Amino acid sequence: MSTALVKPVLYSYFRSSCSWRVRIALALKGIAYDQEPVNLLKDGGQQFSTEFQVVNPMQQVPALKIDGIILSQSLAIIQYLEETRPNPRLLPQDLKKRAQARMISDHIVSGIQPLQNLTFLKQVGGEKLEWAQRYITCGFKALERILQHTAGRYCIGDEVSMADLCLVPQVYNAERFKVDLAPYPTITRINKALLELEAFQVSHPCRQPDTPAELRA
Amino acid sequence: MSPFSLEPSFLAHSASLNLYAVFPLALALKGIAYDQEPVNLLKDGGQQFSTEFQVVNPMQQVPALKIDGIILSQSLAIIQYLEETRPNPRLLPQDLKKRAQARMISDHIVSGIQPLQNLTFLKQVGGEKLEWAQRYITCGFKALERILQHTAGRYCIGDEVSMADLCLVPQVYNAERFKVDLAPYPTITRINKALLELEAFQVSHPCRQPDTPAELRA
Repeated sequence: MSTALVKPVLYSYFRSSCSWRVRIALALKGIAYDQEPVNLLKDGGQQFSTEFQVVNPMQQVPALKIDGIILSQSLAIIQYLEETRPNPRLLPQDLKKRAQARMISDHIVSGIQPLQNLTFLKQVGGEKLEWAQRYITCGFKALERILQHTAGRYCIGDEVSMADLCLVPQVYNAERFKVDLAPYPTITRINKALLELEAFQVSHPCRQPDTPAELRA
Repeated sequence: MSPFSLEPSFLAHSASLNLYAVFPLALALKGIAYDQEPVNLLKDGGQQFSTEFQVVNPMQQVPALKIDGIILSQSLAIIQYLEETRPNPRLLPQDLKKRAQARMISDHIVSGIQPLQNLTFLKQVGGEKLEWAQRYITCGFKALERILQHTAGRYCIGDEVSMADLCLVPQVYNAERFKVDLAPYPTITRINKALLELEAFQVSHPCRQPDTPAELRA
């Protein structure tokens, strides 16, 4: 079968912020796909199963099977989608704004998320909440400052970009970890504006095939 | 700070201008000359928090690159800006799938390994620094070795140097500093060795700097 006729398959966990970023991108670009849930908690973490290792040697979600290859790492996936299915655009045309979009995305994806994700917090033991709050707070302080320079309606001016796809799931995590968001009015305002968009709603953790009943919207 | 300088400027902690940062490798490979501007993270309560620095770099982070009138931090954002504005020689494959793989490997190192063994993070960990660093590097290198067996030629992605290679070498350097046993990772080791034969990787190596102590000199 021609790979062009095969729907992409997204390996995802409902609550994984990395998976949510990719779900938003697929929704914004109107790309239909199938979802294969991978439960990060059950069975010692289904991402470590031998079956999934065949799919993704890196044993992580999200993974996207598309055009005959499998990709992991949300920003690598999103930029592949951007380069192969360019409309609507998710990176600004202006190269400096594009760099700022990547910088903000990287700041969240490398500077905040890894220091408050499940795998990491398991190692930390009893002080999970404090560690998560510390890294989110530290990261949000820097983020609030840069957004005051770059933001319009969204992170970079008035067009939705990859930075916005990273922001919303991170704010969701901040709320789960009871981080006080009052010091971050720009982050809060942008998050609210983005959540009004359909792509951010349909991809929300509360609306996924593997969302537990008690968390379902 | 020299706001009127037209040359790109590498902003880094003055006590670690020799740190093996990723994006200066891209400047070296693309033949882009640059100045170095030390920012002392310890003096005056941390110079990155000064109002002067805040104006030029709202994120108050180092290392950063001042270029074309803007300041960028985050290695991969910087490298891709250099790639898009100064495209030769290329650091991302032309083939879109290989390009995605280059980004995937870069992201894996820069998000999945580096943040969990850098100095700032290890300070928080306390007494078990070495164990934490080794754990995360080992875990990350296992996955990296597996993916490289699918993508690598002479370098991470086939036979052309890419952004993934720029991320690999500093991470292997850190692995060695933290005494991680590299025997289980023959592909990583082979690629690292091939890259270190290239001039751009040598000139920026911490063991070859003017003020490298004698016992650490290559």
